[in-house]
Order: sequence, then structure tokens, then C-alpha cells
Amino acid sequence: MSANGTGVTAAADGSVLLEVRHLVQEFVLRDFGGAKGGVLQAVSDVSFELHGGETLSIVGETGSGKSTLARSVIQAPPPKHGEVIFQGQDLVGLPRRALKSVRRNIQMVFQDPFTSLDPRWPTARIVEEPLIAYAIGTRHQRQERARELLDLVGLDPSRYGTRHPRELSGGQCQRVAVARALALEPKLILCDEPVSSLDVLVQAQVLNLLEKLRSELSLSYLFIAHDLALVKQVSDRVAVMYLGKFCEIGPVREIYRQPLHPYTLALLNSIPDPAAAKPAASSVISGELPSPLDPPSGCRFRTRCPRAQERCAAEVPQMRALSDGHLVACHFPLSGSWHRGAGSEPPAANGAPASAGL
Amino acid sequence: MAGATEAATGAADLDLASGPLLEVSDLRVTFRGRRGTVYAVQGISFTVEPGRTLALIGESGAGKTVSARAVMGLLPESAQVTGSIRFKGEQVVGRSEHDLRDYRGRNVAMVFQNPERSLNPTMRVGTQITEALRSHLHLDRKRAHEQAVELLRMVRVPAPERRFYEYAHQLSGGMRQRIMIAMALACGPEVLIADEATTALDVTTQAQIMDLLLDLQRQTGTALLMISHDLGLAATYAEDVIVMYAGQVVERAPAKELFASVRMPYTQALLDAIPQIDREPHVLLPVVGGRPPDLSALVPGCPFAPRCPGVQQDCREQAPTLAEHEPRRWWACWHPLNRAAQ
Repeated sequence: MSANGTGVTAAADGSVLLEVRHLVQEFVLRDFGGAKGGVLQAVSDVSFELHGGETLSIVGETGSGKSTLARSVIQAPPPKHGEVIFQGQDLVGLPRRALKSVRRNIQMVFQDPFTSLDPRWPTARIVEEPLIAYAIGTRHQRQERARELLDLVGLDPSRYGTRHPRELSGGQCQRVAVARALALEPKLILCDEPVSSLDVLVQAQVLNLLEKLRSELSLSYLFIAHDLALVKQVSDRVAVMYLGKFCEIGPVREIYRQPLHPYTLALLNSIPDPAAAKPAASSVISGELPSPLDPPSGCRFRTRCPRAQERCAAEVPQMRALSDGHLVACHFPLSGSWHRGAGSEPPAANGAPASAGL
Repeated sequence: MAGATEAATGAADLDLASGPLLEVSDLRVTFRGRRGTVYAVQGISFTVEPGRTLALIGESGAGKTVSARAVMGLLPESAQVTGSIRFKGEQVVGRSEHDLRDYRGRNVAMVFQNPERSLNPTMRVGTQITEALRSHLHLDRKRAHEQAVELLRMVRVPAPERRFYEYAHQLSGGMRQRIMIAMALACGPEVLIADEATTALDVTTQAQIMDLLLDLQRQTGTALLMISHDLGLAATYAEDVIVMYAGQVVERAPAKELFASVRMPYTQALLDAIPQIDREPHVLLPVVGGRPPDLSALVPGCPFAPRCPGVQQDCREQAPTLAEHEPRRWWACWHPLNRAAQ
């Protein structure tokens, strides 16, 4: 497993594994005749770093560009502008063959476990596939490895190895997808809403699995989600994305303790709270994501922002650090700490029998 | 099972005079297939009161959607339905398709999980609403158009006159779900069933849609039956909660009391598994392993016993029955949690 012919190897924590600089991804829209209908800028000038062993979560609504960003990282398709530096090597414009050897270190887990697995193949074959693609080991070794991988994700290979995706539940399919992603011993896994389509208990099982694998195999995750509650458990840092741009990025505890961007606050306030009574309707942002074909001038969130002022329409807010590692792109960042609800306590958690009187 | 209905009526003292809109008792649904019989719903009872919100909670395969479809009379022919579903006293089970057509939409309407799949991609969204209005309420073209625009306005679709002429693919997921709600409300139903209506949406949109549903409920007095796997959502928006597991009701209670102290270990497991923003990062979630039982092979004992952290010998031998152990609090468990807290 030494695909790192060039550049730095990110083995220990702290070293930069992935660096994305000023990434821009555009799609040209065409009408039925093929005439150019406009340019959709799905990701506009996004920069971040991901360290070895770290999990960075990217949170945003549908259409915010978070999945496009993840796909741009693996060059599917390559970004329009900017650099994607993985282990010291810029992937943008890399020849196919070189890209293929880099890609074994970057794997993906997708949202829909049923459509991302080949329905004709038994699970053991699905997990073996990446090893075949990279011609690793003999047939016997590969099959042995596939069995190990299924075992690693909590599926008994003798029982599940011969089953097809349609014979599995959503959670089991997602485990197979994780096993497949692990087959090539990648450094980085891009998880695109990996648990969004799962039931809450299965979701917790898969989240726990991802967390366990990360610490055992010293993986890095780029974790895409639309729910801030979900990513807290798995993240070291969180980035909040809105209409193609980062609003805020910071260490996980900081983001939840002291959100700086009004959009982050709105996302936090949208989370249903079992301990509270009815949510205040005013805590929820109104309106919809504006069209990315014609984003608002200045700050892109201003059309839905309760704090928007004239300056927000005139001037694009730049990312700036307000404390160590906590950056925000807002002219009027929030201050003060956030806590859920009004005086509500978190529900008794962690399996301990809850006591009355919350 | 009559006891269940009585208690639920008691739970809504205010509505006693008007009585329940919908009374489901001992509903059983089985599917006969080539691979054997699946006991999807195994004798559940509940009532839906006017103006109230009841949440039906459980994992995939717990029988929530099958129950809702039974209420709508939308189950396939392969389903065998026994028990009774009464809408304002009138039996729904066994009605002819012709009779059901009037009942659906006017009496009980449903909003589904996937607005993409429920809307006709080849028809303007407005036309889909007017179609319902014209066939059910026999309105003329002009009146139906006005009414449809009014419905779009009611579900807070911006620029409703223009949106009327758009197609489903031109709308966002949240907008499409608003259209679905407008269609469901077109004939003024008294019970609205929302089957995972917000599951496919973003959290922000989810909050908007739930607020909209509750607002409309306040305006129209429609009863809301929300079906979800998300206990957090139910706790936030519903007044009463029924938790289903393996085709059975395992706990029911007023939402606030339920979350203050859960009795059934399965409900606790669901609650524990909800990602919480109050938890520390990188701490594993407390989660029960295993999967729900196979509903084609019924085994004796509590259906949750194989996964239950507090399982004891009697749980495996005999299934506990659902009973009202405390006022308005029902559960089916031999060893309930938190009893000392009383």
C-alpha cells in the first residue's frame, strides 16, 4: 500500500492530508437546442484543509453544493478552477493513470445504499471489486480479504457474503458500501449523507461503525450531511455551506457552543428537540434557497437573514478568523453562546434510565 | 380492545362531545405471498380526535405505513384486513372501491413521503389540484382554478398564480411537498395523514412544513395523523404518540409525558439513538443491536425481547399485552423503565 510516490505522507495526526484551495465548480446549462442557458456555479471559491485522522463535516441544505464539492475532490468531474492537493499532489489536471493510483486512497460512501451497489452481484463480489480493479493479490487472497472486510463492518461473511443487495436491509447495504470503500485501505473516505436514508436505530449503528473504523484504521472523513445534530458525534471540525460558499468553519465544540453565522444558528434552531415543547416558529428561517443561477449580491444568505443590512447586499463578506481556527464569512457575526431551547435540559441520554421531570 | 379507544377518548376530554373522527380497533393486516404469510399489523387500536395531532412512530417495517394505508383503503388486493376502522362511526373496512373514492380526499387525505413520485411529471401542478376539485367537488373550470390558487396561497407557495402553471420538476422538494399538502387539503378532509411527509427534506424545510401543517390544522380543525420514524420530530410536534414495533403498539402516551419518562425499553432505545447536539463528539451512541423480527414467523414472547437490554426469562415466554398501567399511559412490557420515578 504505497501509492505515495510523491509528496508528503500523512500518517500522523496534524499533517495536512487534503488541501482544497479556491475551488470553483461550474456547470453550463443548455436548453433543448443545445444553446447555452447560463452557468450554474455550484461551488464558489471554497478553501479548506483536512488533516490526517481528522473528520471534517460539511453541512448545508439541498442545493448548497456540498455533494458537488465532495465530487470535485475526487475529480468527478474535475473542478473548473482551484487546486485539490492530496498528500502534496495537485489532483486537478492529473493524467488518468496517475489519478487512478491516487484515487485508491480516496473512497466514497453514498447516500442511497441500494442504488450504489450493483444489484446483480453478491456482497462478497461487491467488496472484492475494487481489489480486482487495482489487480491486488491473487483471486484467493482477494476473496479472503473480502471476507475480512465484511467481518470488519459487522456482517458475518458466511451468512451475508452470498446475498444480493435486494436481500439486505438498508443498514446492511450501507455496511457493504463501507466495506467496499475500505477494501483498498484508503486514507480518506468521502461520506455523502451516508446515514440520511436510514432509520434512527440503524443510523446510530452505522455512525458508530464509522466512528469505530476511523479510530481503528486512522482514517480521515469528509462527511457530508444536512443535519447539524447528526454530524456532531463524528466531527472534529464542521463547515457550514450555503449556496456554494462556506459561511462558517470551526472546531466542532465551538460551532455548537458559539455559532457565529446567522445561518448556522438557523440550522441549529431547526433541529427538533424531544425535550422541549413546541418550537417557536420564529426560530426557523423562512423562504427557500435562492437560485444558484442568480445568487444574491453581496452575502448570499442576506435574502433570508434576519440581521441583513445594506452592507450585506453591497459587499461580499470574506472569511475571517474570529478565534483560533473558527472562521466566519459575515459582516455582522453573532456573539454570545448558544444553547438549545429556552431553559430546556437535554433528555437523559446514554442508556441510563431517564428520570422524570425534565 | 374497546378499552384502548375509551382511554384515548378520555385523553382528549375537550373533544369528548364531538367524539373521535377515526376509530381503529383491533386492526390486523396480513399479506399472503409465495414466501409465506406476513403479519404486518397485529391488532392495533387507536383513535384520532378532531383538531389533534397523533404520531405513529416506529422503524421501517413496524407497520406504520400499512396501518395508514389501511385507513385510507389503499392496500393492495393481496392484503387481508380484519378488525374495524370507523370514520365517524361508519365502517371503512370492506367498502367498495366506488364508496372509498368519496371517502378518500373528502374525509381522510394523505400526504406521502416522496412528492417526486406522487406528482404527475407531465401535468402542471395546478391542473393536478383542479382535477381533484373537479372530480370530488364537481366545480366548474373557473371555480376550480380560483380554488386551486387559493389552496396554493394557503400552503404558502410564493406567487401562486404563476406556480399554478409550473411542472413538478421546476419546484424544490419543499415546494413539491407544499403542492402535495394543497392537493390533500383540496376537498377539506377531516383527517390528514402525513406519512413521513418531511423525511426526505432538509431540516430547515422540515421545520417549515411541520409549522405549516400545524398552522393549517389550527385554521381548519383537521386532525393530523403523522407517521414518522423520528421520535424527535414527534415529540416536538405531536400531542399524543403511539410507538409501534413489529406490527404492534408497544407504548402510547401524551407526547410530553412520554419523553419525560419512557416506560418501554424500545422507546428508550429509539430516543437514545437520536443524534443529540448536547452530546460530546466521538462518543459512541448507545444503540441496541439486532433487527426487528421477521413478521412471517411469529415467535412467542415479547417481540423486542431478543434486542432488549433489560430482557428477562418471562419476556421470552409470554408476550406482554398493551394495557393502561397509569392514566393515559399505555405500554406492553413486563419490566417497564422509570416506575420508581413516579
